[in-house]
Amino acid sequence: MSDGNPAKTTPYTVPIGPIHPALKEPVMFTFRMNGEQIEKADFAPGQTHRGIEWMGMRRNPIQIVHLTDRICGICGVSHSLAFARAVEQIMEIDVPERADYIRAIIAEFERIQSHLLWAGMAAHELGFDTLLHLTWRVREQAMDTIELLTGNRVNYGIIQIGGVRRDITPDQHPAIHECLDYYRDLQGKLLRIFLEDATIQMRCRDCGILTRDDALRLCTVGPTARASGVNMDVRVDFPYAAYGDLDIEPILPDRYLGETRGDVFDRIVVRLLEVEQSAGIIRQCLDVMPAGDILWETKIPKILAAFKKAHGEAVGRHEAPRGEVLHYVRMDGKEHPTAWKVKASSYSNLMSWIPMLEGEQIADIPIIVASIDPCLSCTDRVAVVRGGRRSIMTKEELHRLSVEKTRRLMR
Amino acid sequence: MLECGDAMANLPMIPELLKQLFRQPATNTFPAKYLPPSVTGFLKMVSRGEAAIHPPVATPPEFRGKITYEPEGCIGCSLCVKICPAHAIELVNETKTIRIYVSQCIFCSQCTDMCPKGSLKMSDEFLLADEDRYSDNLIVE
Ligand code: SF4
Ligand code: SF4
Repeated sequence: MSDGNPAKTTPYTVPIGPIHPALKEPVMFTFRMNGEQIEKADFAPGQTHRGIEWMGMRRNPIQIVHLTDRICGICGVSHSLAFARAVEQIMEIDVPERADYIRAIIAEFERIQSHLLWAGMAAHELGFDTLLHLTWRVREQAMDTIELLTGNRVNYGIIQIGGVRRDITPDQHPAIHECLDYYRDLQGKLLRIFLEDATIQMRCRDCGILTRDDALRLCTVGPTARASGVNMDVRVDFPYAAYGDLDIEPILPDRYLGETRGDVFDRIVVRLLEVEQSAGIIRQCLDVMPAGDILWETKIPKILAAFKKAHGEAVGRHEAPRGEVLHYVRMDGKEHPTAWKVKASSYSNLMSWIPMLEGEQIADIPIIVASIDPCLSCTDRVAVVRGGRRSIMTKEELHRLSVEKTRRLMR
Repeated sequence: MLECGDAMANLPMIPELLKQLFRQPATNTFPAKYLPPSVTGFLKMVSRGEAAIHPPVATPPEFRGKITYEPEGCIGCSLCVKICPAHAIELVNETKTIRIYVSQCIFCSQCTDMCPKGSLKMSDEFLLADEDRYSDNLIVE
């Protein structure tokens, strides 16, 4: 903008964020616009770093499990499950089979409520608020069932290292089946409203396209990747909990629509079909769930003592509603872990915003941004507060810093 | 892209909306059936017995609400202090009992699992909003 009146020069720059009504999470976007069209998109996360890992380093894994419940406001079990699996691998704990099934059941209920929450949000971003209210009303059924099974609606507190803290009793089965039947009856209607509605078609078809190649190149995960035709799902590719015993097939849009375009519409289709799939998985679990213990060790002091004998490192993964979540843990014979690293699913998906947004219209920004179901508070793991200067860290620099930190910790 | 004529035919939300007109609202109105001019004023009236609260949705049987503590059985072992992830519990040395700061508690129920004497329980009380985080209602001892 060197010559003339800057207001008249094109392209011009539109900042959106870090806090903006069109964004549900804090992130800073900068768009270079040519008229209504986005020429270039850039974004800066890092606005909502909370230092959870730092808190974790001062706590033992039983306490950290409750912290992990709070990494995300929607994924109340995904992070806890991934973390617990990492610690269990280090300690070579065999989780009782029944606990594995309960974990899968809760994780699938979480997927149902998360996808419905997202679908409502997507409708809202399109300005279709009646659909938002309908979707969020039907989401309540899953929330109520989760509350019945775990005690609370949002922070379930169901995972324990080596199992789960609450059993699913026979008298809860009718309520679970009632919820699943509710979604079976509803699924057709929801799909019809979302997929046949002219407004949604017009706004979402061929909008925000992510090609399969881009999806692979940018390492996207979860429904975002599947909507672009990438056949991946941690539950199938690397089974854990009860998923190895179950019959699951990753949901790809061509199964329903006959083709894959990788647009916002496909992302809606994948998530809505996954609601149905999750209900099916829960049914399977209830049918084949074996009786037995739900904890590897019921006495908490004994678990604490076992942490002091744990040496090693491990990675726990889980297919969260937004895609693969990964927790790295290292234990060195102390109650507290030496290292704990969280990689939320959105971290892998953020970069896909760029190819989706470039070339689209300014009015499509909210729905495209929302279409990967971003969760920035889960993603932000770093904030540099010293100096207040801005700079970009290269991979080499990050590697050097991490080596330095490891040396410091080993001292 | 659809033609405008198609667009009008494809609005499956409309029948749903019309049905909703004759349905009960899904939301439970709480604490009052109709929004009072001032919620705090209304709650004061409730405490004076001049108005009644419109009941909240019932909590499930195993709900984790405000913590309750029975000092009689407590042996002051401080296991609960050690396990609390939120550092919400402190040991009172003189009496060998504990004090719980509810404003800090995250309702995880880990201490109740840990307590060897069963002195700690989670109640179903959840109306805990307060202007003072150290008010009597938010300190359990
Ligand atoms: S319920 Fe959890 S946070 Fe609250 S006092 Fe007990 S251990 Fe601490
Ligand atoms: S764990 Fe139970 S017995 Fe021990 S100090 Fe806490 S309340 Fe008292």
